[in-house]
Amino acid sequence: MQQKTVNNKAWFLVLPVLLLVAFSAVIPLMTVVNYSVQDTFGNNVFFWAGLDWFREMLSDERMWDALQRQLFFSATILAIEVPLGIFVALNMPKSGFWSSFCLVLMSLPLLIPWNVVGTIWQIFGRVDIGLLGHTLDALGIDYNYTQNPVAAWATIIVMDVWHWTSLVALLAFAGLKSIPDAYYQAAKIDQASRWKVFRYIELPKMSGVLMIAILLRFMDSFMIYTEPFVVTGGGPGNATTLLSIDLVKMALGQFDLGPAAAFSIMYFLVILLISWVFYTVMTNLDKKGV
Amino acid sequence: MARITLDNLAHSYLPRPAGPEDYALKELNYDWEDGEAYALLGASGCGKSTLLNIISGLLIPSQGRVLFDGQDVTHAPTAERNIAQVFQFPVVYDTMTVHDNLAFPLRNRGRDEAYVAERVQEIARMIGMEEMLTRRAQGLGADAKQKISLGRGMVRKDVNALLFDEPLTVIDPHMKWELRTQLKKLHHDFGHTMIYVTHDQTEALTFADKVVVMHDGRVVQIGTPDELFERPEHTFVGYFIGSPGMNILPAKIEGDRAIIDGAEIPLGRGYGPVDGKVEIGIRPEFARLSADEGLPVTLRRVEDAGRHKIIRAELFGHDINIIAGEDALIGPDMTRVSFDARRVNVYADDWRVTPVGEAA
Repeated sequence: MQQKTVNNKAWFLVLPVLLLVAFSAVIPLMTVVNYSVQDTFGNNVFFWAGLDWFREMLSDERMWDALQRQLFFSATILAIEVPLGIFVALNMPKSGFWSSFCLVLMSLPLLIPWNVVGTIWQIFGRVDIGLLGHTLDALGIDYNYTQNPVAAWATIIVMDVWHWTSLVALLAFAGLKSIPDAYYQAAKIDQASRWKVFRYIELPKMSGVLMIAILLRFMDSFMIYTEPFVVTGGGPGNATTLLSIDLVKMALGQFDLGPAAAFSIMYFLVILLISWVFYTVMTNLDKKGV
Repeated sequence: MARITLDNLAHSYLPRPAGPEDYALKELNYDWEDGEAYALLGASGCGKSTLLNIISGLLIPSQGRVLFDGQDVTHAPTAERNIAQVFQFPVVYDTMTVHDNLAFPLRNRGRDEAYVAERVQEIARMIGMEEMLTRRAQGLGADAKQKISLGRGMVRKDVNALLFDEPLTVIDPHMKWELRTQLKKLHHDFGHTMIYVTHDQTEALTFADKVVVMHDGRVVQIGTPDELFERPEHTFVGYFIGSPGMNILPAKIEGDRAIIDGAEIPLGRGYGPVDGKVEIGIRPEFARLSADEGLPVTLRRVEDAGRHKIIRAELFGHDINIIAGEDALIGPDMTRVSFDARRVNVYADDWRVTPVGEAA
């Protein structure tokens, strides 16, 4: 082992970033922490509440139900978007005009603001005037996202897949493009089947970007609010009330600041925890190369 | 193993090539004899790799045919040709172990595991990686990876030909010698047809029975190392092979003498009338510096290369190199150069002119 020079003064170089992060993240987060341990009856008068709000939230089924729905949502869209994105990337033209054309075409959904996406699908799915809803209805399929929970779930999942599969596809495509031709040529010489080319060349070379894609999609989907809210408003009943929708209902609808703050913090910790687990597991897989 | 015939072959990367300058590989007819070791030598971008990829089927030529033992394989996919090819940059399957990497071509062809294990052991010994077989290929150094690529190329015994596309570029010099020796031994033991692409003349001349020199998409000469040295068919061969390359001087030819700026140089052989851009070529090895014999030169520099000395000089305004022995004393009074008359070659428009009486 080589002797390393240790110079603690280097830590000062981190200060500017620390300052920035403090203002953009730490201080706002601390105000939430502040709310979560106090109670108020208005007039800006606060009472110390300790961990009461946390206890209350943890024993409340409402948050657990929302968490379950949320996990189901994220797992489902990941299970669809990742394989579908890879499939799209594998079938895109590798170069030339059509390659650029496909890239632009695929980027389009990514450029649409969230609430516009929600509105598009809200109208698209309406049974009375929506192209999708009306067509399905005419075909005799019972589809009404305002009354039928299955239809509501199907709508928000298809919407998310429509909106975000492109991101996975673009990242996977970038990973594929970085593979030198010689690999494919060598595979031909070695008489590798199409599946083996995918399994031993393309997938390993894409694993880095795919990990980023999965992490991004997980975090984003876990925090999703606008799109499903615009389409279903969390309904019918509570069927599509995901974590953030529930949180907003609690904080702004009912103005339960203390419980909502406790909820927020736990929400944040859950995302942090799952992302960390994802990252650790995937980098380990990468090292072991399973 | 097979004899590989190139019939009227040419290739352009453009969809509609207009003239010869659009062709990366210009028309070529040649038979690669079964079991010979060839080197394809040329500067970067001269069409070497194009030719190699056409033979292995990675590229379909724009015109002409490729035949293996008389059978047309021009449009046959790579797998059917049963060819092994090693590329310039290492290709390994990162997620596999070294063992699985070497076994990959055999397993894909459905060989049984006992045979695979035996072959992998043999190859691992050959490339010196027996210790590392259970390691993952990812994270190995460039030369270890390239050794794996070479191993994968050699693991099949029944290949029609082994093609190497500058395989030793990324390998350490001492390892280069060792691997090249291994390749020669492999050729000697199994008699595969081998084609070895390189831009390194030493590599080409030591590896091959026959060297194919390419220049600007064209094969300019095919010959033994000896022939390339003694009788370069094209000025490019003279310049590219040899260190330093052949001296090329514009001249006029009159029978058995060449005339440069009014001074006469005996040629040792007679020539008919020569037209076009006429030049003579003399290798530095066959030029001699002395105090009293030959044409006047201006000395510029003497470089000691260890085994010999290289004299950089000027003859009638043209740069000229002369090689003198390691012990030769070079004094300021030595201002004349003479040439070994039988070793002077005559070129018209860059191509060698056959002297009268020599079999063409």
